[in-house]
Amino acid sequence: MIRTSPHFIKPTPLQVVMLKVAGALLPGIAVYCYVFGAGILLQLLLATVTAIATEAACLKLRNYPVKPFITDGSAIVTAWLLALSLPPLSAWWMIVLATVIAIGLAKHLYGGLGQNPFNPAMIGFAVMIVSFPAQMGRWNAPLSLPNVDLNTWQQFGYILTGQLPQGMAFDTLASATPLDAVKTALMQSHAMSDILGGTIFQAGVFPSEMGWIAAAYLLGGLFLLQQRVIQWQLPVAFLAALAALSSVFYLLDPAHYTSPVFHLFSGAAMLGAFFIATDPVTAPTTPRGRLIYAALIGLLTWLIRTYGGYPDGVAFAVIIMNIAAPFIDQYTQPAVFGRKTASPAKKGT
Amino acid sequence: MAIISQEETRTIIHNSIWKQNAGLVQILGLCPVLVMSNNIVNGVSLGLATSLVMLISGAAVAAIREFIPNELRAPIFILIIAALVTMVDLLFNSYVHDLYIVLGIFIPLITTNCIVLARAEAFASKNGPLQSALDGFFMGLGLTGVLLVLGAMRELIGKGTLLSGIDLVFGPAAKSWIIHVIPAEYNYQFLLAILPPGAFIGLGFLIAGKLALDRRAEAKAKQQAVLAAQLAQASE
Repeated sequence: MIRTSPHFIKPTPLQVVMLKVAGALLPGIAVYCYVFGAGILLQLLLATVTAIATEAACLKLRNYPVKPFITDGSAIVTAWLLALSLPPLSAWWMIVLATVIAIGLAKHLYGGLGQNPFNPAMIGFAVMIVSFPAQMGRWNAPLSLPNVDLNTWQQFGYILTGQLPQGMAFDTLASATPLDAVKTALMQSHAMSDILGGTIFQAGVFPSEMGWIAAAYLLGGLFLLQQRVIQWQLPVAFLAALAALSSVFYLLDPAHYTSPVFHLFSGAAMLGAFFIATDPVTAPTTPRGRLIYAALIGLLTWLIRTYGGYPDGVAFAVIIMNIAAPFIDQYTQPAVFGRKTASPAKKGT
Repeated sequence: MAIISQEETRTIIHNSIWKQNAGLVQILGLCPVLVMSNNIVNGVSLGLATSLVMLISGAAVAAIREFIPNELRAPIFILIIAALVTMVDLLFNSYVHDLYIVLGIFIPLITTNCIVLARAEAFASKNGPLQSALDGFFMGLGLTGVLLVLGAMRELIGKGTLLSGIDLVFGPAAKSWIIHVIPAEYNYQFLLAILPPGAFIGLGFLIAGKLALDRRAEAKAKQQAVLAAQLAQASE
């Protein structure tokens, strides 16, 4: 009697992939909690619940089976990435709205999982920063700074009700993010050495405390690389392009340009390189295409950070390159084994 | 001049407003539709100005269609339309100057709006003046309808108001006509709807909505046809 073993049920691969991605985010989330407080946990919870509800509603409307798509975990990863991009103490409706837009508009209106041309989390983020620039700039200071701090329950309360404890104002706990601080100060033509002397930039190894979060994302990203969940071309080309470009300008004029270390360990660079640019749906599928795509994201990120109107450029860089991904794919097709012509796109002309 | 039958009138109106709607079906003249639909007042004003131009241009082109050499028709159509638009431009400037400043370049640009030339080419050059005037005007009204709904959607979602800017048309006294659906003291704002992406997303929803309505009507008609056939069979 020869039979394959029916008693061994393997979860669907996508579930495993998403589980690994979520797991790889955990060190980042842990450090985030340590730096900014536990408010982020509530944001993650709100995002998860909204994502599942929106996903279920959209699937139902489209007459799709709800259970297999809900349990694949892709919506939850989108929701987590979004929660990690918004300011940790932003009001509850912001993360809810952003998640509804990401799942409903950017994912399901385009045809659902695998069909969306744009990274849903980044569309959610872009909509929020375009629509609510003031609220999106309201970051609280890292807990280690001499600002007033909220405890966990006060943070949860502020997210849900918008009420601070008696006698507190948001300004006393607010602090610009490193990218924002540098951008604003440079515009007011402060000297770079003065700007980097500010309290948020005293964090030891890294340019700011957000560097520790970035390092934790890097750790998670390396795990994903080791597990072969993501392809090395994407993060390497992204970070290399960002580092190379910022190095050149930093070496030429350190008074006006920030260092490569600052660029790599501030803002969403690490999160973007390992978790966002690597989205298998919206990135190119050819190895050469991935290198070009990710390098251009790095370039655009640096350009937007340095000359653009927003402090960080990862989201817009990713969205712009998302739309170029099919084009890049077409022109970077590897030669079929045994054939000499490099790409079918060229052959046609 | 040919007299127009009631049946023909009804077909032209249905065709212009719904079946061949300029904004939702032909998707012509997108540029002004997307830019000027950020509130009801802008959208409807531009839509009515376009309707007026289309009404006269339809009649004018149809009246002289026998004399226009085929090779030269496009420049001649454009010349007629441009003359009419200049007239509308001056009218807006003198009677609703504040609104004229808001609409800005989009009034002169009615000349280049594809829907105006498209109707001159596709309808007015082949039909009588009365039919063409009717077609042009209702095509314009169909576009105005889209601008009205899109403008209302974007204004409501973007600012929580309706009819903002009405004072530009009817003078400062009309300021009290503005409807604050979300009370002004909340400072409600959702910029995305007011900005260009809101126009694209909103128009997408409107097109989808129209298709859904058409599909529903089609299914209903089919059902009724089946029912009628069954009835006929039963009575035999």
